Amino acid sequence: MTAVDLLAGAADTDRSAPLARANPVAKLAVSLAVSVALLLTVDVVTAGVALLLELACLPWCGLPARSLLRRSWIVLVAAVPAGVVTAWLGVDSGASLLALGPVTVTEGSVTAGAAITLRVLAIGLPGVVLLATTDPTDLADALAQLLHLPHRFVLAALAATRLVGVLAEEWQMLSLARRARGLGDDGWTGRLRTACGQVFALLVLSIRRATTLATAMEARGFGVTSQRTWARRSEFAAFDALVVLGGVGLAALATAAGLAAGTWDLLLS
Amino acid sequence: MTQITARGWGWRHSGRRAWALRGVDLDVGSGERVLLLGPSGAGKSTLLAAVAGLLDPGSDGNGEQEGTLLLDGVPADRARTAGVRAGRARTGLLLQDPEAQTVLARCGDDVAFGLENHAVPPEEIWPRVDGALDAVGLGVGRDHPTARLSGGQRQRLALAGVLALRPEILLMDEPTSMLDPDAGEQLAALVGALLSDTRATCLLVEHRVAMWLDLVDRVVVLEPGGGVVADGPSSEVLEQQGAALAARGVWVPGHLPTGPARRDSGVVGEVLLRAENLQVSRRGTTEPVLSGVDLDVVSGRATALVGPNGSGKSTLALALSGLARHTGGDLVAQPPLLGEDTRLAAEPERWRPRDLVRRIGSVFQDPRHQFVASTVSDELAVGPRRIGLPESEVAARTDDLLERLRLVHLARANPFTLSGGEQRRVSVATALATRPRLLVLDEPTFGQDARTWAELVALLAGLLDDGAALVTATHDGALVDALADDVLTLRSAAAMTGAAG
Repeated sequence: MTAVDLLAGAADTDRSAPLARANPVAKLAVSLAVSVALLLTVDVVTAGVALLLELACLPWCGLPARSLLRRSWIVLVAAVPAGVVTAWLGVDSGASLLALGPVTVTEGSVTAGAAITLRVLAIGLPGVVLLATTDPTDLADALAQLLHLPHRFVLAALAATRLVGVLAEEWQMLSLARRARGLGDDGWTGRLRTACGQVFALLVLSIRRATTLATAMEARGFGVTSQRTWARRSEFAAFDALVVLGGVGLAALATAAGLAAGTWDLLLS
Repeated sequence: MTQITARGWGWRHSGRRAWALRGVDLDVGSGERVLLLGPSGAGKSTLLAAVAGLLDPGSDGNGEQEGTLLLDGVPADRARTAGVRAGRARTGLLLQDPEAQTVLARCGDDVAFGLENHAVPPEEIWPRVDGALDAVGLGVGRDHPTARLSGGQRQRLALAGVLALRPEILLMDEPTSMLDPDAGEQLAALVGALLSDTRATCLLVEHRVAMWLDLVDRVVVLEPGGGVVADGPSSEVLEQQGAALAARGVWVPGHLPTGPARRDSGVVGEVLLRAENLQVSRRGTTEPVLSGVDLDVVSGRATALVGPNGSGKSTLALALSGLARHTGGDLVAQPPLLGEDTRLAAEPERWRPRDLVRRIGSVFQDPRHQFVASTVSDELAVGPRRIGLPESEVAARTDDLLERLRLVHLARANPFTLSGGEQRRVSVATALATRPRLLVLDEPTFGQDARTWAELVALLAGLLDDGAALVTATHDGALVDALADDVLTLRSAAAMTGAAG
């Protein structure tokens, strides 16, 4: 999978699903609400309930299980080792389950590890859904028109996301060209050196591309005035408000469950 | 009525000592179509950018200006910003790189981008977008992803984005130099038809003169660091300046470069690489782009791979050069290519990089993809060092190549800072440094000026005479005529062998 698949919602998503159709700003708000609630605490119940509720909402997101897995592997890659490392090295408490020299795994550290894994998943999932079901152009429209972020910044970032796909192709050509030059078969130091050079070459090529793009944008009147019109109107409808409410409700429910179970614990206290 | 007026105009980019242009006196009337010619480095692109109002001579601008450059009596940079504020475009600019001009992900949005910037009311935008998309004949809907367009289509999309603004002056900076000949011809014809409709003024920079000659009525020749050295009706200027321009790399009709005579050694070549019923697929896919390819690569002979865009020329070239895996059939290196190393696999794709670079040299379409060192001479030494030659031999080969390819004065320069023609020469030199018996080139003459073209063809002919085998994927008919012994015409998923060239 490339970064492009992650960014531009590709053909494997159903854009007519209710939550996929919601305004990008509403989806962003839901992501933020869930993230804030889960960043406050590390506990199994809050994170677990949040994740369960999110999974329950999936059928309305237009993202089949397969596409979800294809897009969320990077979250899984982050979540599982984080949990394992915590279980391994985390502060020990409760009964000891495994002792190998200085490393001990206890009930307490296993619970902490599970909490970390669930938390990363629960924070990551709304983000994956947001990126998978949202066209970057619509997100930019919404950010500039509804949240009134500076349009020069938003549109420049948007144009840059399009170059990501071009960069992926350039990277492949650079890799082939290095093999053609006889490089890349002398251990990891040699490979590291080759890779560093390749990153530099990619930078040089992308700066050139970006300069041309900037010229083309400027020549079409970009950045002269703040008096800009928008061909696509981004609207925040009653349904979008409902989506935001739903997201806040989900975060509140998860927190309430954590409080009720007595596992909720403010992280910075 | 005079629209563009330059008087003693000059521009020096920030951080440069030399003036890109100096002492330019030029008047262009409304509706005139002017072709700007000159050797590379003559500041043609700089002049276009200046007319587009993109050069800022202010204290925190991007360079220093002398003299005046006016659009209807107003300095060009102010004319642009005033125009945008008033919702009208004074100039439209089309650049050469199709990939780098697309701003947005959907075709309709991309065309609408300029209109939004000019604060055109939303209800007027979509009719103008549809009109512009129709006018360039792109044949796709507003929602079509720009990522799925070919280079030629992208260039038309960029043109639609410019036309939707209804500019008074159309500026084009080598608009066809990165397109294949068919797409280039189509774009030129399209621009011709559109200019007849809109009667816009047109200022064009282009090395391939023949394609645009019918469209322009005036030719202006610029000199590096200097001003206008010739100005007048196309035929007159080309007659007087044609030979001089051709000698400096411009493709002038009647002064086109020709290939060198090939020496007939009379020796029957050896088969180096044999493809039987070969099938290749694009990277990351298993769907074959070409299948059933039968080909013998023979020493002392050049094989041209030709065919339309998407026919799999480059993919086949990658497979033949051992850089991409084939997905069916056989590709087997023969003993003359394998040499003494008996442990080497028969398929080049399975060789280690250092075994590959000794036997097969690759020249990529974009030379910059191949650069791995910080100076030209180090760049040439990479291959010889990889195959374990002693330093004295590495130095001897490097010096020899620098000499032969006129790169001696650039030996200490960074390859990325060279001009396009110089980069091409360096990339070919790097492939030759290990003296491979087979050289595989992908569009080696693409975007090159006439002078580099002639040098490259002469060099390749010399290699053939010395017994190397060449395989080149190309759109360039002149290159095929000059060099190819065999022509393989490709059609996607079905290959056909053509006659000898």
